[in-house]
Amino acid sequence: MPALRFVNVSKHYAVADRFVPALRDISLEIEYGEFVALVGRSGCGKSTLLNLAGAMDLPSGGQVHIGDMPTSGMDDRELTAVRRKQVGFVFQFFQLLPTLSAVENVELPLLLAARPGARQRALEALDLVDLAGLADRLPHQLSGGQMQRVAIARALVHAPKLLLADEPLGNLDSETAEGILELMQRLNRDLGTSVVMATHSMNSTARASRILRLSDGRLEHDDAAKR
Amino acid sequence: MTRRSARAKNLASLLHRLIGQPLFRDRARTSVTILAVALGVATVVAIDLAGEASAGSFRSSMETLQGSASYEIHQVGGIPEELYGELARLPEPLTFSARVEGYGTVPGTRERVPVFGVDLLGDPMLRGWGGIDAADLSTLTDSRAVWVSPALEAAPGDRIDLIFNDHAETVDVQGVLQDTQFQGVSLGRMVLADIALAQRLLDRMGRLDRIYVQVPEGGDKDWAESLRRRLPPSATLAEAGIQSRQNRKMLSAFRWNVRVLSYIALLVGAFLVYNAVAVSVVRRRPQIGIVRALGASQRMVRWGFLFEGGLLGVCGAALGLPLGQLFAFAAVEAMGQTVESLYVSSAPGSVEIRPWTVALSVITGVGVALASAWRPAHEAAAVRPTEAMARARRDYVARTSSRKWAGVALGLAALAVALCAVPAWERIPVAGYAAALALIAAAALLAPQASATGLRTVERLFALPFGVAGTLGARGLTASLARTAVIVAALCTATAMMVSVGVMVGSFRETVSLWMDRQLQADLYIRPEGLATPDQSPTMAEGIALRVEQSPHVAAVDRFRVHPIEYGGLPARLGLGDVRVHGRRAGIRFLEGPRPETIWDRLTSGDSVIVSEPFSNKHDVHAGDTIALPLGPDDVRFRVEGVYYDYSGEQGYLIGDRSNLLRYLPDRRLSSLSVYLREGADAEVARATIMGALAGSHVQVARNRELRERALVVFDRTFAITYALEAIAVIVAILGMAGALIILVIDRRADLGVLRVLGASQRQVRRLVLAQAGMLGLISTATGCLLGGGLSLILIKVINKQSFGWTIQFHWPIAFLLAALAAIWTASFVAGVYPARMAAALDPVGVLHEE
Repeated sequence: MPALRFVNVSKHYAVADRFVPALRDISLEIEYGEFVALVGRSGCGKSTLLNLAGAMDLPSGGQVHIGDMPTSGMDDRELTAVRRKQVGFVFQFFQLLPTLSAVENVELPLLLAARPGARQRALEALDLVDLAGLADRLPHQLSGGQMQRVAIARALVHAPKLLLADEPLGNLDSETAEGILELMQRLNRDLGTSVVMATHSMNSTARASRILRLSDGRLEHDDAAKR
Repeated sequence: MTRRSARAKNLASLLHRLIGQPLFRDRARTSVTILAVALGVATVVAIDLAGEASAGSFRSSMETLQGSASYEIHQVGGIPEELYGELARLPEPLTFSARVEGYGTVPGTRERVPVFGVDLLGDPMLRGWGGIDAADLSTLTDSRAVWVSPALEAAPGDRIDLIFNDHAETVDVQGVLQDTQFQGVSLGRMVLADIALAQRLLDRMGRLDRIYVQVPEGGDKDWAESLRRRLPPSATLAEAGIQSRQNRKMLSAFRWNVRVLSYIALLVGAFLVYNAVAVSVVRRRPQIGIVRALGASQRMVRWGFLFEGGLLGVCGAALGLPLGQLFAFAAVEAMGQTVESLYVSSAPGSVEIRPWTVALSVITGVGVALASAWRPAHEAAAVRPTEAMARARRDYVARTSSRKWAGVALGLAALAVALCAVPAWERIPVAGYAAALALIAAAALLAPQASATGLRTVERLFALPFGVAGTLGARGLTASLARTAVIVAALCTATAMMVSVGVMVGSFRETVSLWMDRQLQADLYIRPEGLATPDQSPTMAEGIALRVEQSPHVAAVDRFRVHPIEYGGLPARLGLGDVRVHGRRAGIRFLEGPRPETIWDRLTSGDSVIVSEPFSNKHDVHAGDTIALPLGPDDVRFRVEGVYYDYSGEQGYLIGDRSNLLRYLPDRRLSSLSVYLREGADAEVARATIMGALAGSHVQVARNRELRERALVVFDRTFAITYALEAIAVIVAILGMAGALIILVIDRRADLGVLRVLGASQRQVRRLVLAQAGMLGLISTATGCLLGGGLSLILIKVINKQSFGWTIQFHWPIAFLLAALAAIWTASFVAGVYPARMAAALDPVGVLHEE
C-alpha cells in the first residue's frame, strides 16, 4: 500500500464567475520511504498538490488516498484527524509561532492531539535535528537554518508517515539549505518517513529518489527511473 | 478644472483609496468601532437632553404664574396678608400679585396637582387671561369654585376630590382656563382658586406664600431699594425667579456628577478609536512605506490617519445623536425622579434636539476620535519609505521605555493624591474629577505591564480548562501586547467606574442604613397624606399630636415642623423639633460641638440651632458660629451649637427647639410626628389604636421598619441612573473587546492557519479565541477592581463630599461587586463568540497562501 495515492485528481478554484484549474487529472503513487522532489515553475500547482496530499483541502475530482484513507467526503473533523496522525508540514517561511519557544513549537502537534509525553518527545525530536541545546530559545533568537530545523522537528514529532515540505529551502542561503536537505534525507532514511518536497530549484533535487515535474497543473514528468 | 479643484479631487481620490476602502473592507471592525463611539456620544447626548428635560427649566411648579414680575416677596412661615393690603395702597406705580401655593394629591393615583390661590377679582397680572374676566364673578368666589387648566381634563360642573395636607376636600370646577400657557410657561395640570379658598384648602389662613411685584418700565429708580425700606425685616425681596436660579445652582453639582459619569463611556470609546487607528497603521505599514516612497509627505500621512479617526468620529456622532435621543427618553424618567425627590418639584420637559445637542454630539464624537487618533497618526507619519521593501508584517510595538511610563504613571498617581486636597470650585469638584482622570491615565499607562504580568499569571489557570488553547491564547495576546494593553485599559476603566460607583453607592446606602438605625428610634411615624415635595412640606393639625399622646401605648411624641428657607442664596430647611423628646430619644450623632447633652440643654435655653453636615459644608458654618435668619420683626441671630450627621436631604437642615422658635413662627401645624411607645407595647396594636383615634384625618402611620424600607427604595431609585451609565460604559468596552479580538484573529490568521495545519481542530481554535476573551476579561476586571478601589475613595472622600457635603463611611458591597464582575466577565466571553467562530472558519490553505 502506498503512502500517498492520487487517482485522476483535479482541482479548480472559482475566481469571479469562472473556474481556474490548478491541477488536471493527476495520478501518482508515493511509496513509504520515498524522497520525492516536486518541481515546476511558480503557479504550476505544486502547493495545491501538497495541500491535497496533506488533507488540508479536498480535490474537485478524483481520489486522494493518504495511507489507506480516501479524503473525499471527509468533514473538517476527519481531515484534522488525518493531519494529526499521518502528515507533517514544513513551510518556506518556517511558520513558527513567535511567542513559543523551540520546544513549545515542536510539542504543539502532540498537545493539539492530546497525546501524552509531549515535552519528552519534543526534546527527542529537537535532538534529532541537532537542536537539543536550543530548546528554550524563542524563534527570533534562532537563525534561519535553526528555525527550519525546529520546523522539521515539529513536522516529525508525531511520527507521521508523510512529510510535506513546501519550498523549505527557499528562504535559506545555499550552505544552510544544503544542511537542511541533508537532514531531511537522513530523517527520510532513518525514520522511513516519505518526503514530498516542493521546490523550484533543480539543485535541490539531487538528493531526491524521484522527481515529479508539474507544468500548468499537469504531471509532465515522473522520474520513476531514479526510484 | 482649476488647479485647486484638481488637487482637491486628487486628495479625495487618495483618501478614498488609502483610508476609505480599507475601512470598508474591514466592515466588521469599522462597524464595531463606530458603534462604540456612537454609544459614547449617545450617552453624553442622552444625559444632556435628560438633564435639561428632567429639571424642566429648573422652575418649580410653584413659579408657573410668575409672569413678567420683576421682584417677588416671600417670608419664612408665610407673609401676613395684611402686608399685601399695605403694599397695594402704596402711592408708587407698582402692581402687586398675591399667591397662595401648594399641592393637592389625587386620592388613589397619588398624583400631585399644583393649586394656586390668586385674587381672581383683581389680580393685575391675570387681567384678560384665561377667560376668567368673562366669567360670572359672583360664582368665582363661591366657597368651593375653582378653575382648572385644560390638562386636567375636567369640565365645568365636575367635582374633583383632592387631599390637602391632612384632609380631603371636594372642589367644584367652575371653568376651564382658555390658555394652556401663562406668558410662555406651560401650565401643566393646575387648579386655580380664589385666595380665600386656597388658604382654607392649604391651611394657610391669613398667610400668603408669595407676592409678585411689577415695576414700571424705563427710568432709573432703584425700586428694589425703595421696596425693601417698606418691608419688615422678616420679609425678603428678591428678583423674580430667584428660586429657579437657586434650583439651577443647587442642581449644578448633581448635573455635573451625572454628566461626568456619562463621559466615561466616551472615554472608553476613545481607547477603542485609538486601538482601531493604531491597528490600521500597523496593518498598512507596507502601504504607508510605498506611498512615502512614491512621494507622500509625513504631513499627508498624518492627516490621512487623522482623517480616518475623524471619519469614525463623524459616523459615530451621526449614529450617536438619534441613539442619544432614544436613551434620553429612558433617562429622563430616572433623572426626573431624582430631581423630584431631592431638589425641586418640576414637571419634566420634553426631550428636544437643539442646535447645541447636534454640536455636542459632533464635538464629543469627532473631538474624541481625533484626539485618540493623534498618536497612531504620528506613528504612521514616522514610517520610513524603506519599510515598503520589508516583506514581513511588523507588529505595533510601544517604542518607549516601560520604566519611563511607569515613572509617569506614578507621577500621575501622586498628582491625583495632591488634587484630592484642592477644594471645590463653585461647589463643583473640578480637582476631584481631575484626580480621577489622572488616576485613570496612570492605570492606562501601566496597562502594558499589567497585561504582561496578568497574562503570565492566567496562562496556567486557563490551561486547565482550555488545554493547549489556553496556553496559545495567552501567548497570542502577549505577542500583540500593545493592542492587548489598549483593550485591557478600556475594559479596566469601564470596570473601575462600575466598581467605584458601586462602592460609592453601596457605602452611601450602608451609611444611610446605619444612620437610620441610629437616628430613627421612634416606633411609629405619622405624616400627612398630602405629598411632600422638596419645596413644599404638607402639614397636619397639632390636635393630631394631642390625640396620639392620649393613646395608652404612647410614651412620648416628638412634634416636628419643617419650613423651607433660603440661606446664603440656596434653599435650606428649618426644622422645629421637641428637643426634650428628640434629644433624649433620637440617636443623633454629632461631628462638631460639645457633648450631645450639652447641645440639647443649650438648644432648649435660647436662640440656638444645630445644623446638618450638608448645610455646614455648603455654607461653611460650624459649631460656635452665629448665623442670622429673617424670622421675626428683625433678623434673629442663632448660635450654632453643633453639626450633626444627616442624610435626609441635600438642601441641609437647621434644627431648633420648637417651643423657642414658635415665638417667631407661630403656625403650630406639624410636618411629622415621631411616636415613642411605652416599653412592651406592641407596635402593630399601637398603630391600630392610633389609626382608630385619628379616623377622619388623612394621615399615614408607618412603623419604623416601613419607613426605613421606603427610604431605601427612594435611595435605590435615585441611584439607578448611575448604574445605567456605567453599564453603557461596560457595553462599549465589551464591544471594543469584540472588535479587538476580531482584529487579533485577522492579524494572527497565519498563526491560526499553521495551527490548523498542525492538527488543531476548529473547536480548538474556537476555544483559543474564547480563552483570549476570558483572559482579557479576567485581567481587566482584576485591574479594574484595583483602579475602582482608588476611584471609589476619590468619589467618596472628595467628589461626593464636595458636591453634596455628606460623609460616607467606606463599605465594600461584596454581593453587588461579585455580581457585577461576574457579569462583566461573562460578557467578555460572549464578546469572544463571534471572533471565535470567525477564527474557526478560517481557511488554513487560504491564509497560508496569503502569507
